[in-house]
Amino acid sequence: MKINEVILQSISKIVVFIILTLALYLFFSGHNAPGGGFIGGLVLASAFVLLLLAFDIETVRAGIPINFSILSACGAFIVIAAGIGAVLFGEPFLRQAFFHMHLPLFGTVELTTVTIFEIGVALTVVGVVVTIILSISEDV
Amino acid sequence: MLSIYVAVFLPFLVASLVLLLLQRRKMKRHLGWFILPVPIILFILLCGKVAAVKSGATFSYTWTWIPTYAIQLLTYVDGLSLLFALLITGIGILVILYSIYYLSTDQALTHFYIYILLFMGSMLGIVFSNHLLTLYVFWELTSISSFLLIAYWYQRKGSRYGAKKSLIITVFGGFAMLAAFLMIYTITGTFNIQEVIGAAHLLKEHELFIPVIVLLLLGAFTKSAQFPFHIWLPDAMEAPTPISAYLHSATMVKAGIYLVARFTPVFGGSLVWFWAITAIGLMTLLWGSFTAIRQTDLKALLAYSTVSQLGLIMSLFGIGSLSLHPNVQLEPFIYTHAVFAALFHLVNHSTFKGSLFMVIGIIDYQLGTRDLRRLGGLIALMPISFTVALIGSFSMAGLPPFNGFLSKEMFFTAVLHVAELDLFSYEAITTFIPIVAWIASIFTFVYSMMIVWQAFTGKRVDVETAGEAQEPKVGMLIPPITLATFVVLIFFFPNVLGDYILKPAVSSVYPNVSFDMIERITHWHGFNKELWMTIGIVIIGTILYRFRNVLNKIFILFPENMSFNTVYNVMIAKSDQLAWNVTSRYMTGYLRHYFIYIFLFFALLVSALLFALQAQDVTLGGNKVITVFDWLLAISIIIAGVTIVIARTRLTAILINGYIGFAIAMFFVIFRAPDLALTQLIVETVTTALFLLCFYFLPKWELPKLKRAFDIRALIISILVGTTFTLVALSVHNNRLFTSISTFFEDAKQLTGGENIVNTILADFRAFDTMLEVIVLFIAGIGVLTLIKYSTNKGADKLED
Repeated sequence: MKINEVILQSISKIVVFIILTLALYLFFSGHNAPGGGFIGGLVLASAFVLLLLAFDIETVRAGIPINFSILSACGAFIVIAAGIGAVLFGEPFLRQAFFHMHLPLFGTVELTTVTIFEIGVALTVVGVVVTIILSISEDV
Repeated sequence: MLSIYVAVFLPFLVASLVLLLLQRRKMKRHLGWFILPVPIILFILLCGKVAAVKSGATFSYTWTWIPTYAIQLLTYVDGLSLLFALLITGIGILVILYSIYYLSTDQALTHFYIYILLFMGSMLGIVFSNHLLTLYVFWELTSISSFLLIAYWYQRKGSRYGAKKSLIITVFGGFAMLAAFLMIYTITGTFNIQEVIGAAHLLKEHELFIPVIVLLLLGAFTKSAQFPFHIWLPDAMEAPTPISAYLHSATMVKAGIYLVARFTPVFGGSLVWFWAITAIGLMTLLWGSFTAIRQTDLKALLAYSTVSQLGLIMSLFGIGSLSLHPNVQLEPFIYTHAVFAALFHLVNHSTFKGSLFMVIGIIDYQLGTRDLRRLGGLIALMPISFTVALIGSFSMAGLPPFNGFLSKEMFFTAVLHVAELDLFSYEAITTFIPIVAWIASIFTFVYSMMIVWQAFTGKRVDVETAGEAQEPKVGMLIPPITLATFVVLIFFFPNVLGDYILKPAVSSVYPNVSFDMIERITHWHGFNKELWMTIGIVIIGTILYRFRNVLNKIFILFPENMSFNTVYNVMIAKSDQLAWNVTSRYMTGYLRHYFIYIFLFFALLVSALLFALQAQDVTLGGNKVITVFDWLLAISIIIAGVTIVIARTRLTAILINGYIGFAIAMFFVIFRAPDLALTQLIVETVTTALFLLCFYFLPKWELPKLKRAFDIRALIISILVGTTFTLVALSVHNNRLFTSISTFFEDAKQLTGGENIVNTILADFRAFDTMLEVIVLFIAGIGVLTLIKYSTNKGADKLED
């Protein structure tokens, strides 16, 4: 029996972008509102999972040529590097810093090293979740 | 000040950059040339410190790492650490140069150079650490990098065996050492090594004094391959020859000696310390040199000779520690001179043994064999290698005009002094010390001669060898020639080394000894006992070498299967068997059983703790009013939970399980925890997707066949777990044991600039936890990937059993 996936595929194409936007929104709002690196990463991962369910692995591979296991390694590296970064400035390991900055269009923006840390968390989460799902499904 | 941190971290940094360099094939092939500058830079950097350290300066820096636990990156530069650091980087230069030619380009060069950099960095870390715990971390890192390097040709069974053996033995010692460090910390209240030295009197009066010594020496002895832990070193010779020259002869095995030297100011003067080190050292010296003679593999011969030379250095430190004994008032400097001799021999050993290893590497590389029975007559074909081997071996045998002669004479002086010692009423035993040393030196002479004459002279044995016997490329010859040059130069100008490097090192072992009190190294002492001993060694050694077949009769008394190797092998096999027996009893392969263990353990331990601490408190005051929504959700979850148990198909079960997850997310919404609700929702979505993926692999859904209609056991466990959990939840809420820490997070806005308290806890207040969680997640991901993609049967054909 051949399964017709047209509806799922067409919807996914649009929904994925909504999910990706949501992921970015959640990621950046994390410091002051619900969200953050872990949640952002998970939402991002769920976008990839949706793509994988709707399309086959080869298509997704061709469209998104990212090695997810390396991505997760990069994430773990960034997390540790963010900690060591504080040491280089003479602060204790993992001490986070923040300051406010006035940017055109955005108004006063708070810039913080937490964001770097969160990027690491998000990348690891995406990388690990997709790696696990890919390696299990590829083994079929 | 930064230069010392650079010295420790540059190798690690370059090691991580190596991976980035790999993108180009060409770079991969010439990787060694990119690595070579690292030890050169460090060597030059450290040479810059020599003058300052000679004038008695020490440099210590503190870099706070984890202030809450008083973990600091303390570095300390004095004569002793500088001596070792110069050896590590200096020999490192030559070894890397040698490796460039020794390793063919189609091998896994990146692994090799990354491991060697890892080793170099951690070794420098050991000698520069002034903090017991960082020293320990670097100590274990050298064990790990040594393990990786021994297993470099992991396809060979011998490599894997040797690597595992070295790891088990050295890490066992490392644990003992860690225990000693923790004891030292509880006694003195500091991890700072210099402060520990200052608080030595506290240790001496403490009842744990002897356990500390024993545990600390276990660490030193396992690392420095002292009897009976020496068994790992010969098996470590499975590593590529440059590694054997570097780790297993020149540097890593001397870490134990460094440890003993570093702690001599603390424990020196104690008779336990003296006897343990001297006796074990001499035993190692004798046994190592005796066993070396019976070897036919040149590398194994060198391994046993390294063992015995390490024993020699170790025993000198034992003798040297006597100068701190309160009863030695007459001539304490005689014994400080022993430490001077030890450090001198340490440098000499690195030069002559390094050159010998490299020559044997050349023979192995050119001929494909290093078996003494198959070698012979190489003198005509490889004259340069022969010269280097001659210099190295004669120096090892203690003959002039090579540096080994000088340190050997000093060693004899030291043992003769100990023999005259009459303050402990142990004369009967101490008289034996010079005799043991002398006999061991005869053996040393014999095996040194075996290397030169058996391999290079005599009849050319015509066997099918891998290559033509000829000198290798110049690049491969430069390192051994350099070391051989040092062997000769140090003999003629020993005091340059002595004044600039060794004396500052001695003064860091004995802070109150000034440079003038240490005698200069002299070549000629007149016809004294030491010289006669050397002459005796040459005469008897030559006779013994001529009639070395006679020795074989003695060897029969020590059969192979009566060795410590057998003890080790039996111990490993037995513990393997025991572990298997115990584990297979409860690892049944049924998920059901594993859940029973987990839940029972949780329920019993937690509830027992709860009642033992009298923390249980189920009062329900001051809680939020339970609304109709809460009731509805709770009831729906209960219904769903019951439905899973009686579900007919797997899909239903998974979907209902998903429903419970979403309902809990709803609870979070009602309780106004948006972060938790979001996380729960997404986790639930992704897990359900994962579940659906795994569908393919799961066996046919069968309801467990129950013998009884109702499984009482399962009911009891589930009720137990449920009750425990409810109790814990309620008790936590009433915080009877601990006061609430939530006030700590109230100033989150000022402290971190974030308004979302959950996020500030995750990324700022408890960032360390998050970091570790991320790493755990990463490891789990890699674990799944390797389990599925690289299962054991793939690539197993490459392994040799």
